Amino acid sequence: MSTVIAEMPGHELPTESHVNYLNVDHSVKSWLLTVDHKRIAILYLISITLMFFVGGFFAVLMRLNLIEPQGLVAPETYNKLFTMHGVIMVFFFLVPSIPATLGNFLVPLMIGARDLAFPRINLLSWYIYIIGAAFTLYAVISGGVDTGWTFYTPYSSTFAHSQVIPTALGVFITGFSSILTGLNFIVTIHKMRAPGLTWFRLPLFIWAMYATSIIFILGTPVIAITMFLLGLERLLHIGIFDPAIGGDPILFQHMFWFYSHPAVYIMILPGMGVMSELITAFSRKRIFGYTFVAFSSFAIAIISFLVWGHHMFVTGQSVYAGLIFSVLSFLVAIPSAIKVFNWTATLYKGSISYEAPMLYALGFIGLFTMGGLTGLFLASLATDVHLNGTYFIVAHFHYIMVGGAVMAYLGGLHFWWPKITGRLYPDAWARFAALVIFVGFNLTFFPQFVLGYLGMPRRYAVYPGEFQVLNVMSSAGASILGVGYLIPLIYFIWSFKYGPIAGPNPWGAKGLEWTTPSPPPTENFTEIPIVTEDAYDYAGTTGRRTHG
Amino acid sequence: MADMATHHAQHDAFKHQFEDMDQQRDAGTFGMWVFLAQEIMFFGGIFGAYIVYRLLYHDSFEIGSNLLDVKFGAANTVVLIASSLTMAMAIHSAQAGKKGKTQVMYLLLTVLLGMIFLAVKFTFEWHNDYTEHLIPGFGFVIRDAWGAAGVHVPLFFCFYFFMTGLHALHMIVGIPIILVIAVMAWRNRFDEVYYAPLEMVGLYWHFVDIVWIFLFPLLYLVGGRYLSIGGH
Amino acid sequence: MTGLVQFGLGFLAQMAAMLPLHPPTASTIAENVDLLYYFLTVLTLFFTALIFGTIFFFMVKFHRQSPDEIPADTQTHLFLELTWTIIPTLITFVIFVWASVLYVQNSRPPASSTEMFVVGKQWMWHIQHPEGIREINEMHVPVGQPIKLTMTSEDVIHDFYIPAFRVKKDVTPGRYSSLWFQATEVGTYHLFCAQYCGTDHSEMIGWVYVMSPTDYAAWLAGGSKSESMAQMGGRLFSQLGCQSCHTGESSGRGPSLAGIYGTSERMRDGSARTVDDVLIRQAIVNPNSIALPNYPPIMPTFQGQVNEEQVLQLIAYVKSLGPEERTMSSK
Repeated sequence: MSTVIAEMPGHELPTESHVNYLNVDHSVKSWLLTVDHKRIAILYLISITLMFFVGGFFAVLMRLNLIEPQGLVAPETYNKLFTMHGVIMVFFFLVPSIPATLGNFLVPLMIGARDLAFPRINLLSWYIYIIGAAFTLYAVISGGVDTGWTFYTPYSSTFAHSQVIPTALGVFITGFSSILTGLNFIVTIHKMRAPGLTWFRLPLFIWAMYATSIIFILGTPVIAITMFLLGLERLLHIGIFDPAIGGDPILFQHMFWFYSHPAVYIMILPGMGVMSELITAFSRKRIFGYTFVAFSSFAIAIISFLVWGHHMFVTGQSVYAGLIFSVLSFLVAIPSAIKVFNWTATLYKGSISYEAPMLYALGFIGLFTMGGLTGLFLASLATDVHLNGTYFIVAHFHYIMVGGAVMAYLGGLHFWWPKITGRLYPDAWARFAALVIFVGFNLTFFPQFVLGYLGMPRRYAVYPGEFQVLNVMSSAGASILGVGYLIPLIYFIWSFKYGPIAGPNPWGAKGLEWTTPSPPPTENFTEIPIVTEDAYDYAGTTGRRTHG
Repeated sequence: MADMATHHAQHDAFKHQFEDMDQQRDAGTFGMWVFLAQEIMFFGGIFGAYIVYRLLYHDSFEIGSNLLDVKFGAANTVVLIASSLTMAMAIHSAQAGKKGKTQVMYLLLTVLLGMIFLAVKFTFEWHNDYTEHLIPGFGFVIRDAWGAAGVHVPLFFCFYFFMTGLHALHMIVGIPIILVIAVMAWRNRFDEVYYAPLEMVGLYWHFVDIVWIFLFPLLYLVGGRYLSIGGH
Repeated sequence: MTGLVQFGLGFLAQMAAMLPLHPPTASTIAENVDLLYYFLTVLTLFFTALIFGTIFFFMVKFHRQSPDEIPADTQTHLFLELTWTIIPTLITFVIFVWASVLYVQNSRPPASSTEMFVVGKQWMWHIQHPEGIREINEMHVPVGQPIKLTMTSEDVIHDFYIPAFRVKKDVTPGRYSSLWFQATEVGTYHLFCAQYCGTDHSEMIGWVYVMSPTDYAAWLAGGSKSESMAQMGGRLFSQLGCQSCHTGESSGRGPSLAGIYGTSERMRDGSARTVDDVLIRQAIVNPNSIALPNYPPIMPTFQGQVNEEQVLQLIAYVKSLGPEERTMSSK
C-alpha cells in the first residue's frame, strides 16, 4: 500500500479504517485515565523506555570513567553512577520491562479475554510505578545515592551521606506496582481463558507470565518490608540491623536476597516466554517438549526462592549452609538448560526465516547459554570465593540481564510492534541494530569475565593500571552498544507514524493475538474465540481454530 | 466503552471484561486471596526476622515482653475478634438479602470496634511506652534493672513498634474502605447476587485480625510473666 | 611469509603477556582453584559452541524455501528430553562435588598456622603481627607458612581479598571472621577490598609481600618493634585499670583471667561457653551480655574507649596468660 501521502495535521494517516484502541480517543485524559490494558501497556512502555535511557546514560558515564585507571570523575560521583544505574535498571526497567509492557498488552489477547480481570488496579499499578520512579528520580537530582543497588547495611543505614531514604522509598513503592501486576495476571490467567483454551494449550509466554507473577506476589513483599525497615532505621538511627543493639547487618542481606535472587528470574522468565513465541513463529514449528518448557518455568520460580544464600558464600556463612545453597543453585540451572535444548530442537526441520525478532531470539539463546554456564562458576563454592565481588559477577549477570532479558525484550517488541501499533518498522535497520547490539554487547562484557578472574573488584572508581586494556575494550564495546540501542528508538518512533500498515498477522504467526486486527479494537475480540487447537499448531494437526 | 457486552449484562455492577457475573465474582474473590498471599509474605519477612532475634536474645525479649501491658493487649484482642464477628454479620446479612441498612449497621459497628482498638493502642499503650522511654529512636532508656540482657531490649521494642505499627496501618487503611463500602450498602448496592466488594473487604479485615492473633502471643505473652513455670 | 607468521606469533605472544588470563598463582590452593576454573571454562566454551553451532547449522540447513512453506510436525521425544535433563544434572553434580570438596578442604586452617590480625576501617587495612608490628595497607608474610587471619571491622562491611591466593572473606563489624592461606611464591601481590564500603572503596587496596623465611625474620627484627601484641595488650590492661577487678585472685570482683583462654565457662543460665576471641571481645564491648554465676554484672562497657585493634591486643594478652598461672576461678 502506498501510504506516505501528505497528511492532515493532527490526523492519522488515512490508511487505518477500523476503530482501534489507539484512535478511539486522542485526548490526554483518555490516556491518563484509561483502563484498557493495551493503553496501560503503552504508558508503561514509554515510562520504562525513559528509565532505560536514564539508567543507560549512567552506564555510559561509568564506562567513560573507567577508560583511565585514575578515573575521570571523583570516586563519590562514580559510586553514585553505578548505584543509580543499578537501582534504575533493576527496579525500574528490568523488573517491569516485559511483564508490564508486553505482558500487559498480550496476556488478555493471548488468552482470548477482553481485558485483565482488574483494569482499574492495572492503571493504579502504573501510577504507583510513576510515584516510585518520581521518588527515585528525586533522589537522583537531589544529590544521588551511593550505597550500591544492594543497599547493604550498615553502610546504607548509618554511614552513607546520600539520599538513601527517598531511593529506598522509591523501591518500596514501585514494588507494589509489581505486586498488583502479578495479582492481575494470576487471576486473569486462572479465570478468564477463552473456552477451549486449556492450561496445556496456553502459549508458553502465558506460562512464563504466570510463573513470574508468582514471584511478584511471594517475593516482592519481602523486599518491600526490607526497604521499609532500612528507611526507618536510617530515619530513627536505631533498628533491627543495627549492631549497637545486637542487630545483625547480615540479616539485611538474607532478606534482601530472598527477594532479589528470585527477582533475577522475574527478569529472565518473561524473556524465556518471549523466546518460545519467537522461535516457534519464525521456524513455523510446534515447540519441542511443550510440557518440559512449561514446567521448567515453574521449577525455576520455586527453586529460585531457595538459593538466595549463594550471594553470601564469603560472608562467613557456615560451611553447611554454603553446601546446601550451592547444590540448590546447581539445581536451578537444570530447568534453564532444558529450555535452551528445547528451543534449539524446535529449529530442527523447521522453516526458518531471519527477520529481526528471530535474530534477537537466536542471539538470546547463545548469550543466555553463556550467562547460565558462567553461573556455574559462582554456584561452585571454591571458585565463587575467588570470583565473588569481582567483575566476573558483573559480566555474568549482564549476560543474563542484558544478553538475555534485554535481548528478549527487544525481540518481543520487534515481534509484536506491528500488533501494538499496526505499523511495520524497516526490517533491514532492525537487523542491523540487532547485529550492532550483539557485537557491542559481547565486546562490553566478555572482557569483564577476564577482568574478574584477574581479580579486579567491582564498584572500583579507580583501579590498578594493569587492568586498563580490558577496561578500554569494555568501554569501547559500551559505546557501540549505546548506539545499538538508539537505532531502534529512532525507527520505532518513525514507524509509529510513517511505517507501512502491518495487517493483522504480518509474520504468519499462530496465537489468538494475531487473529485480531492490528492495532486491536478496545474490546480485543468482537466475539470471544473458541479454541480447538494446541499452541503453535503450524502444521494444523490438532484441528481448526474457529473465529466468531 | 462501559458496556461492550450488554448482551451479557445481568447486573448493574457487571464489568465489561467478564463473561458473566459468576466469573466476575470468582475473579474478585480469587484476586483477594492472591492479595492476602502477598500480605502473608509482607508480614512474613518481619516475622522471620523476629524469630531469628528471639532465638538469639531470649532473655531480652522476655524482659521486653513483660514490660508490655497484657491487659490492653488482651482487651484489644477481644475487641478485634468482635469486629470480625460484626464484619461477618454484615456479609451474612447481604447474602441473606437483608436491607442495606442492616449491612450498614454491622459495618459501622466494625468501624467503631476498629477505632476502639486503635484508640487503646495509641492513647494508652504507645503513649505509656513513650512516657516510660520505651520507644527506640525517641529517647529509649536502658534500665539497670534489666541487667545483662538489657542491651538487646531495644531490639524487642523495634519489633514491637514495627509489627504493631504495620498492623495498625493496615487497620487505618481498612477503616475508610469499610466506610466506602458502607455508603454503597446504604445505597442498597449489595444483595444476594452481588456482594463481592463486601466479601473482599471482609476477607481483608479477617486477615488483619488473624495477624493480630499471631502478634498478641509473640509480643505480649512470650515473657511468660503469667505462667508460674520457667521462673528465670 | 615466515616473517609474517613470526610477526603474528610474536604479536600474539605480546598480547598474551599484556592480557594474562589468570592472576599470579601464589598460594597452596590457587592451582586447585584454577584447575576447576579451567574445567568450567572449557565446559562453558564447549556448550556455547555446541548451541551456537547447532543454531547456525539449523539456520542454514532449514532456511525457509518459500513463503508458504509449512514444515511437518516433529513429535516430542521423551528420550531426548530425559537425556538433556539427566546429563546436565550429572555434570553439575560432578562440579558440585569437586568444588565443595575443595572448599571444605580449604575452610579449616592447619593447626600449625601463625595468627595475624586484620581490622578494616574506612578506607584502610590495619594489620597486626603477633610480634607487635603494625602495618597499614601492607602485609608481610613468610613463604611456606600457613597464616590464619582473624578479621573484624570498625565500621561497615569490608572484604579482604588477595586474588593471587584465591582467598576472600567479608570483614564484618561486630564479629570475627577468619581466613587462611599459605603462600608458595615470593613476590608482591594485590590486596583488595571486595565489598563496597563507601567513597574510597577503590582506594582501600594494598600489597601483600611474600618473603623468604630469612627475609621475613630480618624484616621482623628490623621493624620498629617495641612490644608484642600481648605486651601491648598487657599495658592497655593496666592503663584501663582492668586489674583492679580482674586481680587474679578468686576474691576479685571479676574472674581471674589466668589460663582462662580456651576453657569452658559456665554461664548463669547454665549454658557453657568456650572462652575464645568472640567471647572476650563481647566481654569488653558488651560485658552485661555475659552473666557469670558468681559475679555481679558491674563491669562497665569499654566500647568507644578501645578500638578493634586494641581489643585484639587485649585478647592476645589474655591468651598469653598461661595456664601455669591458672587459679581456681569462677567456679
